[in-house]
Amino acid sequence: MDTTLETKQSRVTTTVNSESIVVRFSGDSGDGMQLTGMQFTDTSALLGKDISTFPEYPAEIRAPAGTLAGVSGFQVHFGSKEIFTPGDFYDVIVCMNAAALKTDLERLKKDGVVIANVSGFDSKNMKLAGYPEGATNPLEDGTLDGYKVYRVDVSKLTKEALKESGLGMKEIERSKNMFVLGLLFWMFDNSMEFTIKSLEEKFGKKPDILAANLKVLKAGWNYGDTTEVFTTRYKTTAAQLTPGVYRNISGNQALSIGILAAAEKAGLPIFLGSYPITPASDVLHDLSKYKSNGVKTFQAEDEIAAICSAIGAAYTGSLGVTSTSGPGVALKSEAMSLAMIFEIPLLICDIQRGGPSTGLPTKTEQADLMMAMYGRHGESPLPIIAANSPADCFDAVYEAVKISIEHMVPVIFLSDGYIANGAEPWRFPTEDMLAPIKATFLQENNNPGGKLLPYKRDVNGVRPWIKPGTKGLEHRIGGLEKQEDTGNVSYDSKNHERMVHLRAAKVEKIADFIPLIKPDSGPAKGKMCVLGWGSTYGAIKTALLELNQEGYKDISHVHVRHMNPFPKNLGELLHSYEKVLVPEMNTGQLILLVRAKYLVPAVGLNKVQGQPFTTEEVKAKIVELYNQK
Amino acid sequence: MDTTTLEPTAPVKLTAKDFTSDQEIKWCPGCGDYSILKQVQTVLPDFVVEKEKVVFVSGIGCSSRFPYYMNTYGIHSIHGRAPAIATGVKAANPELNVWVISGDGDLMSIGGNHLIHVLRRNPNIKLMMFNNEIYGLTKGQYSPTSQRGVVTKSTPFGSLDEPFNPAELALGAKSTFFARTLDRDPKHMQAIITRANAHKGTSFVEVYQNCPVFNDGVFFVYTEKETKKEECLWLENGKPLVFGQTENKGIKLDGFKPVVVELGNGVSKDDLWVHDESDKIKASILAQFANFTGNEHKPRPFGVFYKEERSCIEDDMTAQIDYAFEKKGRVPLNKILSGDKTWTIV
Repeated sequence: MDTTLETKQSRVTTTVNSESIVVRFSGDSGDGMQLTGMQFTDTSALLGKDISTFPEYPAEIRAPAGTLAGVSGFQVHFGSKEIFTPGDFYDVIVCMNAAALKTDLERLKKDGVVIANVSGFDSKNMKLAGYPEGATNPLEDGTLDGYKVYRVDVSKLTKEALKESGLGMKEIERSKNMFVLGLLFWMFDNSMEFTIKSLEEKFGKKPDILAANLKVLKAGWNYGDTTEVFTTRYKTTAAQLTPGVYRNISGNQALSIGILAAAEKAGLPIFLGSYPITPASDVLHDLSKYKSNGVKTFQAEDEIAAICSAIGAAYTGSLGVTSTSGPGVALKSEAMSLAMIFEIPLLICDIQRGGPSTGLPTKTEQADLMMAMYGRHGESPLPIIAANSPADCFDAVYEAVKISIEHMVPVIFLSDGYIANGAEPWRFPTEDMLAPIKATFLQENNNPGGKLLPYKRDVNGVRPWIKPGTKGLEHRIGGLEKQEDTGNVSYDSKNHERMVHLRAAKVEKIADFIPLIKPDSGPAKGKMCVLGWGSTYGAIKTALLELNQEGYKDISHVHVRHMNPFPKNLGELLHSYEKVLVPEMNTGQLILLVRAKYLVPAVGLNKVQGQPFTTEEVKAKIVELYNQK
Repeated sequence: MDTTTLEPTAPVKLTAKDFTSDQEIKWCPGCGDYSILKQVQTVLPDFVVEKEKVVFVSGIGCSSRFPYYMNTYGIHSIHGRAPAIATGVKAANPELNVWVISGDGDLMSIGGNHLIHVLRRNPNIKLMMFNNEIYGLTKGQYSPTSQRGVVTKSTPFGSLDEPFNPAELALGAKSTFFARTLDRDPKHMQAIITRANAHKGTSFVEVYQNCPVFNDGVFFVYTEKETKKEECLWLENGKPLVFGQTENKGIKLDGFKPVVVELGNGVSKDDLWVHDESDKIKASILAQFANFTGNEHKPRPFGVFYKEERSCIEDDMTAQIDYAFEKKGRVPLNKILSGDKTWTIV
């Protein structure tokens, strides 16, 4: 950080130039912290900073106000350097109440900033936050010594700003997040322009609410600008990102857009059968907005009906999609095997969350890999593709759809709550940059002179897709084992074994169509590699960047996207390192696969706390293993 | 000058044979399913011109082998899920003529949830439930329509469950068409299948079907000469409810209470309840006939209980898409990719 002094309005403010800053907004579920965080993020992104966000909200919609259970947080990491994670520790925390402070203080950096809403620290809020009777106020008792603390009575100042607005107490109370946002914009020297525009769009039809929000937003800014309480402003310049046009995108948005793009490139209508489940419901919401593009979305009566309706649609020649999280995949399991033996295209999106059972529904985990690999009855291998960042959800699902259609096989797309809700800038492609997807339907008998062979395979083991409605190609498909080529029911034992192998071989053959894997960073052989998959990408990437600067030049990062089949050279690549570390947000699933398949003596780093890895955690383990004799 | 014009040749009418697949039928000898298959193959040519547009979807159970024997498109799926798959087929391509073939175990037990939801959504599909009050394919366990006390392999001391009454369930789930027929009355079944096909919406047809192996004769009172005239009530829209050996009895409504009366002695057909397929309250009373026992015993109604016009989900879905398209137009892919807010880094 470098510091300059500036005299303004006869007072001195310090401007700190910082490469990157982590801000965490916390308050009650009802305090609007998610919205505040998103507005702040959008502005940062539009000003050209690199960003990564991590919203964290409770499983209850409105947990008891003021309690620890009710704390809703939004973390944003922005800066002028490339950013791959929402950050381990906070530079600034905005605490709307005592519970928020209690939750966030642990991860505030040593010289960090606390902006506290003092009315959230009265005796009632203290009690709700679990402070014992008669406990001293943490804002006053020295708890925060060493931090820079700003005590702001946001509630009172908001009321003051709106006293002539004619609005009721409830509406006034609801606007206080705008005060915080205005103040933060001042502190970080960000323009209010984008938020003003977005408020105008949102409240265009409610002029009094719009006026109130704008007034409070500006009041927040002016409070920072005019009161002499605030002596420091922070400045981050735009990031040196690859030139191009960017947008801000969350993982779930990227997933929805990826499905839309893939369907359009394939020339297929979309049918989404889904059932509400956290954290996957956004996909149902997002795709439902595209009715004008012919997208059919169907909120089914349960997870099973969701996938079954998608199977029915896929049978007729649509791109059938179902989106869910782990518990939903478990319910869909039987139908996934049905689609597998049908050999029809189908996209199954699993946005993983903490399990088992309802587990930690709003928290993140990577513990469904084994279920995706083996969680079905019978021999039922399916291709699996895992996204590694919010924006990467687009590329990963696009490829999943391409494989599904071109290889006539259901494909599982894996993401998790961390990247599904997190957001980052995305240098989005244009239509012409997207790979073609070839969807073809059989139009005439593929066995001239004889009977149709619906399960006759091409060189890649792929059978034809046949739409009902095609004259002369009437045929039946079913869950009973099929005779090779004809698809007729067959209980012949040798035929069954052959069909099991043919279906597996078709999936294995996909390895010929995916790129060989190479390290994301570091040498292609040597001392050590960190093997990751999915959303651990950012933490591993950042850890290795930092370690590289600290002198550890010979550590590589290998990140798997194709979980099944693996890239053909994965075993060979892993064997070219002396040590392999596998960080996962589970108790060790990828590590089991690579050990079993390639006999690699890999070591695991495992975390199942519903929280992503911090860079520090990954670094510490890397260094430990690296230095181990 | 020769002005001969060529009349467009009418498509050749299909026959039952055109709907018969080359697969060997593997139901037990004497199974009621044979008759149902035959009636479906017999009447389909009356209203199907393009058999490539016909899709039969089934679940699991003896009845669910049905699609393999039809020379149309077909899906033999998993237990209970046929209504959900069929909804997807119909919603994705409303042009198709979609049939669900299922049994009492498949549709009322494991698939019960899908049944009630398909009925309320009302896609234009034809749903035939072969009710034999038993699980046949798994070799004889009681089903959700088995009577209380029935002794089966899984209930050696008698079943404890209260059975479902399919008619009541259908009406409660807002079915727009409910009819009952039986395997041993081919003409009646053909007529009901024809009416089910003509109804726009989910037509729910319950077929009493004899399982000669595990539940032989459970419906014989309705199918055998000695008893059927006393025990069957044949519903015809606009006609009075008459039954009995010599059509000597009828049903009268005393308020909401159905009463069996002898015709003659001052009671004429004009005094009887006249069947009205559009009357849901009366349909609900008819549905309850199967529940009445002892002194309250009533003949079992067959025919169309209830029929109502209501929009179908696939049409509503299409209409919403058309509306959104008119209002917004198709969003170009490049616009979807870029979203509303972008910035440029040079």
